[in-house]
Amino acid sequence: MGDIIQTIVAKYNFWIYITLMMIGLYAMIAKNNLVKKIVGMNIFQTAIILFYVSIGAKRGATIPILEHGHGGGHNVVHAIDYANPLPHVLMLTAIVVAVATLGVALALAIRVYDRYSTLEEDEILSQIREE
Amino acid sequence: MSLQYPGLIVVVPLLSALVISIAGWVNKRWCFPIAVAGLSVAAYSSVGLLFRVLDEGVIVYKLGGWDPPMGIAYYVDHLNGLVLAVVSVVALLNAIASKNSIEQEFPERIGPFYTLYVLMVTGLLGIVVTGDAFNLYVLLEIAALTGYGLIAMGGGRGPLSALNYLYMGTIGACFYLLGIGYLYIMTGSLNMVDIARILPDLYQSKAVMAAFIICMVGVWLKMAFFPLHAWLPNAYTFAPSASSSLIAPLVTKVMIYVMIRLILTIFTPEFSFNILAVSKPIVWLSVIAIFMGAILALSERNLKKMLTFIIIAEVGYMVGGAWLGNRVGMTGAILHIANDALMTLCVFLAVGNIVYKVKGAEFENLQGLFRKMPFTMGAFVIGAMSMIGVPPTCGFFSKWYLISGAIQAGQYGFMVALLFSSLVNVVLFFRVFEICYYEPFSDHHGHGDHHPEPIDEAPVTMLVPLFIVAAILVLVGLYTGDIVNHIVEFAIPKGLV
Repeated sequence: MGDIIQTIVAKYNFWIYITLMMIGLYAMIAKNNLVKKIVGMNIFQTAIILFYVSIGAKRGATIPILEHGHGGGHNVVHAIDYANPLPHVLMLTAIVVAVATLGVALALAIRVYDRYSTLEEDEILSQIREE
Repeated sequence: MSLQYPGLIVVVPLLSALVISIAGWVNKRWCFPIAVAGLSVAAYSSVGLLFRVLDEGVIVYKLGGWDPPMGIAYYVDHLNGLVLAVVSVVALLNAIASKNSIEQEFPERIGPFYTLYVLMVTGLLGIVVTGDAFNLYVLLEIAALTGYGLIAMGGGRGPLSALNYLYMGTIGACFYLLGIGYLYIMTGSLNMVDIARILPDLYQSKAVMAAFIICMVGVWLKMAFFPLHAWLPNAYTFAPSASSSLIAPLVTKVMIYVMIRLILTIFTPEFSFNILAVSKPIVWLSVIAIFMGAILALSERNLKKMLTFIIIAEVGYMVGGAWLGNRVGMTGAILHIANDALMTLCVFLAVGNIVYKVKGAEFENLQGLFRKMPFTMGAFVIGAMSMIGVPPTCGFFSKWYLISGAIQAGQYGFMVALLFSSLVNVVLFFRVFEICYYEPFSDHHGHGDHHPEPIDEAPVTMLVPLFIVAAILVLVGLYTGDIVNHIVEFAIPKGLV
């Protein structure tokens, strides 16, 4: 039992991102409203951003600028002293992608609303069946 | 000039997309020539690049002069050289062919359409040319986001289908990103060649295994591999003809390319086929995909929707062929990427012409088409023959390799699925031919004053590209031996027997 708790606590960032991801996936599968599905999709994307950001962090490390390093940056650079900036930089791109996806999704939802005057999926489907 | 081909392939379409969106505000008539010019440069560069690769072997292009693995490098080898040439030529031909149907379907949105069109081609070419795993994700999303826009332009049920595609596509891309994240944790690199260099010591690690599987699932979602295919039929059916004849041939094929790149380059065949013993179940999944695609296609009464289910079966061909785990099967899969892109383009262009004239692709609209549109239907027959796998069209040869690979690997289920799907394709297409051959039923029959409908063909600009594609189908079929010996043979690593 102790072992399990130990693994959960030691890798808590993984557990948090998986939980968030599943919340997003649940919303996308189970929710009836198109906008709620889109929100679920965004939570899903955010979970992965969180995962990337968390793997760049280090205990006791500082921001990756030489002057902020231990000893004012005049010593040899120890990678261990700095947080890994690369995953964070990658996530800037991923955030842009997520924002663009969200924008396209909402624009499509507006188009769907214009046509069917509703965003509830079951009502849209029953309208399609009547056509 | 020829040194810069890999850069030009991505940069020229990207910039021309920008120029088109500005030109669209000034004068809509400028959009088409700019788009064609941009795509022509891309097509010229990729074909030139393919010939350079044939001469020199692998080409490494360092963007901005930064050395890999720190900088992003474009790697062009025989595998993506072939796919690049196919993608850019298909995109160019379709742009020329679909000019009239765009003007007919949404005359007021020509500017946005061509912007998205060229941007999508940028994304697809970028996916194929890049040697950086994260760069690939970004370009994947560029291609996907523009694809949602192109599909939604159809109006009607288009936006709803595009939204469903968007949910699935986003999950797929996120899974890919997650898998790359795990790979990054383990190797500290994003460069594909660098990852491949570091990985062999870590093959036993569970994280690497998880990374591989998560990436695969993401890519499968994007390519509509059977249980994950639900988004594809509606999205492709309700898209305007100009969009569907770009998206249907290219998107799934480019994703197959990504899968093969993952199997062969990032993870070696040694890992994919031997250490990770999942080949058999995946081939069985693809058997199910082929059966289900064929059966679902049989139940459709709309030509375009029927073709979308055939695409799902074709995806099964390629995934199964790649996972057979032998050289012949992989040859068949790579060859089928090129062939399937061309023959899907052929049939979708023909459907575009039919929709242009008849305003619908329901089976009851198709009556009398052989008399009304003899040229379009002639090309459609060639495309259909290739889909069925009749020599000398190219579809026969890739199917031949796939079946030989299945026999060699002892996967007889896959062989049966391929033959079954070919037979179903015979039924599907000959049913369409039969409907198109007979005249519409009219009331004044039996009086001898029955006048057959006059010829009412699509414009020449739509017919010429269609004929070119149909001719390419036969030519590629005739030169299959050369393509295999000079290109595909070098695309597969020596280790795979």
